[in-house]
Amino acid sequence: MRFKSSFHRLLRAGALALVAAWLAGCASLVGDPTHPVDPFEPINRKVMAFNDDLDSAVLRPVAVAYRDHMPRPVRHGVSNVLGNIADVWSFFNSTLQLKLRQAAELGGRVVINSLWGLGGLVDVASDLGLEHRSEDFGQTLGRWGVPSGPYLVLPLLGPSSVRDAAATLTLDRYMDPLTHIDHLPVRLSMFGLRAVDTRTNLLKVTNVLDDIALDRYTFTRDAYLQRRFAEVSRGRPALPPLDPGDTWDGRDDSPAPAVPAAPPSPAGPKVNPALPSSGLTAPEHNPKL
Amino acid sequence: MSTPAFSFALSRTRRQLLTLAVLPLFLALATSLALLPGAARAAEESPDALVRSLSEEMLKTIRADPALRSGDMRRIMALVDAKVMPNVNFQRMTALAVGPTWRQASPEQRKRLQEEFKTLLVRTYAGALTQIQDETVVVRPVRLSPGDTEVVVRTEIRGRGDPIQLDYRLEKTPGEGAGWKIFNLNVLGVWLVETYRSQFAQEINARGLDGLVNALAERNRTAGSRPRN
Repeated sequence: MRFKSSFHRLLRAGALALVAAWLAGCASLVGDPTHPVDPFEPINRKVMAFNDDLDSAVLRPVAVAYRDHMPRPVRHGVSNVLGNIADVWSFFNSTLQLKLRQAAELGGRVVINSLWGLGGLVDVASDLGLEHRSEDFGQTLGRWGVPSGPYLVLPLLGPSSVRDAAATLTLDRYMDPLTHIDHLPVRLSMFGLRAVDTRTNLLKVTNVLDDIALDRYTFTRDAYLQRRFAEVSRGRPALPPLDPGDTWDGRDDSPAPAVPAAPPSPAGPKVNPALPSSGLTAPEHNPKL
Repeated sequence: MSTPAFSFALSRTRRQLLTLAVLPLFLALATSLALLPGAARAAEESPDALVRSLSEEMLKTIRADPALRSGDMRRIMALVDAKVMPNVNFQRMTALAVGPTWRQASPEQRKRLQEEFKTLLVRTYAGALTQIQDETVVVRPVRLSPGDTEVVVRTEIRGRGDPIQLDYRLEKTPGEGAGWKIFNLNVLGVWLVETYRSQFAQEINARGLDGLVNALAERNRTAGSRPRN
């Protein structure tokens, strides 16, 4: 009975993910041509502002206190346990993407850390050379050829895309063991702990980000989309996905400016043909607007 | 920063993504710039050999100098100017980030854009130098065909935690000071130039080239003035 209902929910989550992925495919065909990856920018910016307010009011202060008052070994233990839980879903996704070696390593990590790492408290597997990799269902969809669709900022969850959001809100969520804790207070506490753990690990990053981004929204968006593109490419993309109409190669031999609009440089730069060119041939999205 | 923070409701993968992507991004950006070249090498040196020897040299320098590791901006800038810049075509790097509008920039504007952009990038990694300990760099060999003028050299930084992917794009410069020069770099799949390009374009569209120069200068001036914790 319990199994059956779980199974139905799984099916429903899967179907939802597929529909959403299909929508992502469609959505990537429409949208403002001047902003090929970001037709939702106005609403995205509002959501980001909302997230930021919530962050500076609640989560960031809590994370700072957690970092300052909780002993380091405790924080590491918490991170490791949560990471061990995450490795399970990464293992499944690696398998779905036929990254079998990586799947084997992740499977090994879970077993080793659970048995010899005191249920995940200690990350023994990393010391043994089994590296942590994270794979989610959005990456799996991307690997299967689903385009990312436009950039999306989710309330509470942050940077995403139509495809990734579809995966996050369905299968990723369903397969998250924390979602299935029946006891509500325990479940909420666990989610809260995870949020604090994540935020604490990001404190340094967000400090830097404030200092180096001209526009945090654009910076985050472009970095996110490029990063996801690289993750779903087979092998590392050699070069960023290029706008076909973009011939600017940064070379300008004319010494002085004076005359605007010199003719664009003739051909793209010659690139070592031995390199994989997935970044050029299969631009899933173009982060340059 | 808004987002990653709130991963509690749902995806933990998002958390991992951001932890994986963003944290090492800056760390590595830092490391990378730090690890770039020492003195410019002979023209015959292959691009991967260049990246390897200079990465190692920079790591050694940083490990040996507590002032660098403590984030002393003046010392870091001096090191960058002496060792990194000779191996970087920074004009092209800046021009790429600025976009075709670069052609319309006056010599003065070009100079200031490069200065401010450089300061921005150096500031980025000043903090990360404090993190450097026993990292090592693994450089993947490059197969170069005769006539190649651009190449991507792939490296990985190994240390505590997950390995950090760090790639460099180099061009072969003819004539004076010939040799390979870096003009873009990639941290975990994210190209530096491309990440600044839209932001620069936004600023230029709104306030012109001088607006961009001022925005960069302002960012460099106010950075670090906020209380950090």
